[in-house]
Amino acid sequence: MLKVEDLDVFYGDARALDGVSLDVPEGAIVAIVGANGAGKTSLIRTIAGMHKPARGRIALRGADIAGLPSFKVCNLGIGQVAEGRLVFPTLTVSENLEMGAMLPRARALQKQNMDRVLAMFPVLAERSGQAAGTLSGGEQQMLAIGRCLMGNPELVMFDEPSLGLAPAVVQAVLQTIRDLNRDGLTCVLVEQNVAVSLKLASRAYVLENGRITLSGSGAELLADDRVRKAYLGL
Amino acid sequence: MPAEIYLNVAISGLLTGLVYGLMALGLSVIFGVVRVVNFAHGEMMTIAMYLAVALFASFKLDPLLMLLPIAGVLFLLGYAMQNWLITPFINRPEHAQFMLLIAVAIIMVNGLLIVFGPDAQNVQTSYSFDSFAIGPLIIDATKVYAGLAAIVVAAALFAFFKFSLTGKAIRACADNYTGALVVGLDVRRLYALTFGLGAACVGAAGAILVLIIDVTPPLGPAFTLLAFIIVIVGGLGSMPGALLGGVLIGVTEALAGLLFTPSAKSMFAFAILVLVLLFRPEGIMGKRAS
Ligand SMILES: Nc1ncnc2c1ncn2[C@@H]1O[C@H](COP(=O)(O)OP(=O)(O)O)[C@@H](O)[C@H]1O
Ligand SMILES: [Mg+2]
Repeated sequence: MLKVEDLDVFYGDARALDGVSLDVPEGAIVAIVGANGAGKTSLIRTIAGMHKPARGRIALRGADIAGLPSFKVCNLGIGQVAEGRLVFPTLTVSENLEMGAMLPRARALQKQNMDRVLAMFPVLAERSGQAAGTLSGGEQQMLAIGRCLMGNPELVMFDEPSLGLAPAVVQAVLQTIRDLNRDGLTCVLVEQNVAVSLKLASRAYVLENGRITLSGSGAELLADDRVRKAYLGL
Repeated sequence: MPAEIYLNVAISGLLTGLVYGLMALGLSVIFGVVRVVNFAHGEMMTIAMYLAVALFASFKLDPLLMLLPIAGVLFLLGYAMQNWLITPFINRPEHAQFMLLIAVAIIMVNGLLIVFGPDAQNVQTSYSFDSFAIGPLIIDATKVYAGLAAIVVAAALFAFFKFSLTGKAIRACADNYTGALVVGLDVRRLYALTFGLGAACVGAAGAILVLIIDVTPPLGPAFTLLAFIIVIVGGLGSMPGALLGGVLIGVTEALAGLLFTPSAKSMFAFAILVLVLLFRPEGIMGKRAS
């Protein structure tokens, strides 16, 4: 569904990604693991159209989308649950959700998507009139996921969705991702929790200093000595 | 002097201050969202004032009736400025933006000088000398209309930001720029709309203000400064603060003109600025930086 080839990304002179290639098949969960600063967020944001790559191809169903502005990429069905959640703190919960549905592709489906999101996260319905900044971290993460789903995406890139959340909430968030995938959503998952994300993933890539150093099925990487040493502390 | 005079002058200052507030509201909206300080703000207001003067001189069109069309023209000017001039500068250092807008301001002042000349111009409506008598108070009809028009425009803007989807999207951009990109808002277009709306505010304010004061090209820089003072006094980024700041400065200037001399009124506006910076640096309605 999504194919990235030979992607180079720079911040000024500093290289963040170096010849990154990856493949996200339709319906898969693809995990990207790597240390802090490896370039995971840069990769996601470049795919999302928030950075222009210096080189390389990003193809969605064969069509090159590299260099398109983010609102066009979103409207092609690539959604993002960003690192740090990035909800709109002074907007209410329901206004935050409405913002997710501003995309032309999602406008007509707003009602239906809203019902689905509120059924998935009843707490958002309870807090619909409350400013998003007053929510707990876990609730904000649900709002970020809900807001993304309001855009009716076919592929969602999750950037560290469990960062800073209580263990029970982490489980809930991961279960949500599993459920969404079962319903047909293609997922790219960047997670601190490497063991869990490799278990979820049908395919995984290891990113080190802006390069893909290892790839394979989740189970293969889980069994790989280098991965076990570097990321699982075994 | 009898006490009514103070009250008369204070009310007149309050009504003028509402128009100042509307002008400052434009500056505040632009800064609050786009994070660009519009150094050509007062100059844009004088453009609106000259538009009103020209429409009145040529077609006898009342500035209050022309308020919407003039605001519309300024909206287009602001939209174009943001989209084609300021956005390309958005990743440059702040002083480059500053120079850009100063250059725009200088071009506007001198353009107006070329077209309209240096002499003061004004609009004499049929109701220029009408007044309302309420008990012992006598209030200029023109100022009452001016104040009401400013309130109506400001209320429309508040309603736009509170209730319309586009208004909410603009608030979302101000709330979290990266978040706005993440959900797929067209931030560049929303920024241009915001600059346009801020320019429309100052355009409406200009159309109204031409009823109250004479316009000359050098008024532009003076009003840019006044708009800064008001926005800082009211609280940077606070929309009600801009209106309140406008009223406060309007009343202060009017009373200073009465008690001292009209030429001392700017001094008192600055004095308020200094007091606010000393005792409440975030402005009257501003949020303390965390
Ligand atoms: N906006 C930025 N400007 C400059 N350098 C950046 C910026 N964002 C990230 N970087 C750098 O790019 C590299 C990759 O960062 P990032 O993509 O955030 O990694 P990760 O998400 O894997 O932690 C890091 O060295 C980081 O310091
Ligand atoms: Mg990251």
